[in-house]
Amino acid sequence: MMLGLLAWVCGLIFVAPVAWMVLTSFHSETDAATSTPSFFAPLTLDGYNTFFDTNPWPPLMNSLSASVGSTLLVLLLAVPAAYALSIKKVEKWSDVLFFFLTTKMLPVVAGLLPIYLVAQYTGMLDNISFLVVLYTSMNLPIAVWLMRSFLAEVPKEIMEAAALDGAGLAVTIRRVVAPVAMPGIAATSLICFIFSWNELLFARVLTGVVAGTAPVYLTGFVTSQGYFLAKVCAAAVVVSLPVLVAGFAAQDKLVQGLSLGAVK
Amino acid sequence: MKGAARWARRAPLLPALIFTIVVTQLPFVATLGISLMEWNSLDPENRGFAGLDNYVAVFTDSGLRSSVWTTIVLTVTVVLVSLILGLGLALLLDRKFFGRGAVRTMLIAPFLVVPVAAALLWKHALYNPDYGLFNGLLKMVFGEDGPHVEWISDMPLVAVEAALIWQWTPFMMLILLAGLQSRPPDAVEAAHIDGASSFQIFRYLTLPHLRQYLELGGLLGSIYIVQNFDAVFTITSGGLGTANLPYSVYQTFFQAHDYGRASAAGVVVVVGSIIIATFALRVVSSLLREEARS
Repeated sequence: MMLGLLAWVCGLIFVAPVAWMVLTSFHSETDAATSTPSFFAPLTLDGYNTFFDTNPWPPLMNSLSASVGSTLLVLLLAVPAAYALSIKKVEKWSDVLFFFLTTKMLPVVAGLLPIYLVAQYTGMLDNISFLVVLYTSMNLPIAVWLMRSFLAEVPKEIMEAAALDGAGLAVTIRRVVAPVAMPGIAATSLICFIFSWNELLFARVLTGVVAGTAPVYLTGFVTSQGYFLAKVCAAAVVVSLPVLVAGFAAQDKLVQGLSLGAVK
Repeated sequence: MKGAARWARRAPLLPALIFTIVVTQLPFVATLGISLMEWNSLDPENRGFAGLDNYVAVFTDSGLRSSVWTTIVLTVTVVLVSLILGLGLALLLDRKFFGRGAVRTMLIAPFLVVPVAAALLWKHALYNPDYGLFNGLLKMVFGEDGPHVEWISDMPLVAVEAALIWQWTPFMMLILLAGLQSRPPDAVEAAHIDGASSFQIFRYLTLPHLRQYLELGGLLGSIYIVQNFDAVFTITSGGLGTANLPYSVYQTFFQAHDYGRASAAGVVVVVGSIIIATFALRVVSSLLREEARS
């Protein structure tokens, strides 16, 4: 009983900043910038109106295409790789998995300059497709890890039985592999989408006027003064909304994915 | 024939492998090369071989040296505190109580706010001394004469750490909760019947079972916090002693345009990460071995 109450208090403390951000986004700029918190000030859409007046659609659409594009490319590359690593064992499979994981430990800044120079010389600066390639490389290792553990759960006996019954590869994949692996593939896609949507460093260095993503757009508010607090909060809410909605909707998958299926 | 079959099995792996090598490893090799050159894009005439000069510069530059220290402090603090808080929350959420689902949803929220947006939220809506929520609440409790704190300028590193801990605790909690829920309930019940206290059960049953999950959370947390750019860039812009290595490298590249020195700093980041990784990989390798055994 007491512990349940404690859990509620902790939950409220952690969600409070998010709630405050949403509430402030619905206040007028004057109410948002008071020194005593204006909890009960009248609600208004002014913050959202001024935010949308600055036309945030291009960066939002850029983020959408970069995230969806790289998630699809990750699936295209990771599913066969995970399949090779799980269902049919490659010798030294753990070395290959190790290699994928070590690439995650290579800090982004360690390759940033050459990547920038390549983009510059090939005319790919400020181009979404270049970001798609980079986000794919950023998420591919995690995706291979996740999907391998999900695919490993496909019972081999059933696959063999299906093969004995004369089922072709396509049928086996559709009837046996897909139903078991789909939730895992969905969780992996969600995680890749979130990481791509959130990414700032590559986007900030490699994009500009045309291909700037939503996080880059948000950095425009870094030095904002108090007069724009409602607008800053509205911007933060709008940019976070896709991740919040997808994350809340798929909580269980997210938990499953984040525990990496590696420790089961 | 046998070789062909082997290749058929390996082939699906190759696209991902080749892609990863080309996009992640080649740039690092190039960085290694550039780190040995004198190359400032503002002074293109003087491009040439510099030997280890850039490395000497990195280690004698007090700014870069302090950003090494900042990176260590920031990573260790954020990972440890969010692991401990995450463990406490996971233990709380592992019990049945009214509205457990709602509390879990509330606790996940910070992790789902886009990092730059979260950093902006902390900088402007919470930390701002004049209209931020923190000082506002202090004023409500203590009145006009109450404490007035300049959160960011008085305690810049703590300000960055607090925002990051708030974002990463839910991540740790999710991983540890998955661990707690995979714990076989029979063993706990048996221990209860044998008269073990709650603390004993935690110490001798729960904690050993959670070890892998704690290690996994620590490993993934470290990988991401060592590389943190968003929070440092947004909350303090690297000022007041909060510049970590990723931020310093970024600055050397794009403000000082000193490609050689920035690359050397980048290589130093990698060496540091390898030290952490060697330690961490040993942890994950125990995960892998276990799986291979089963």
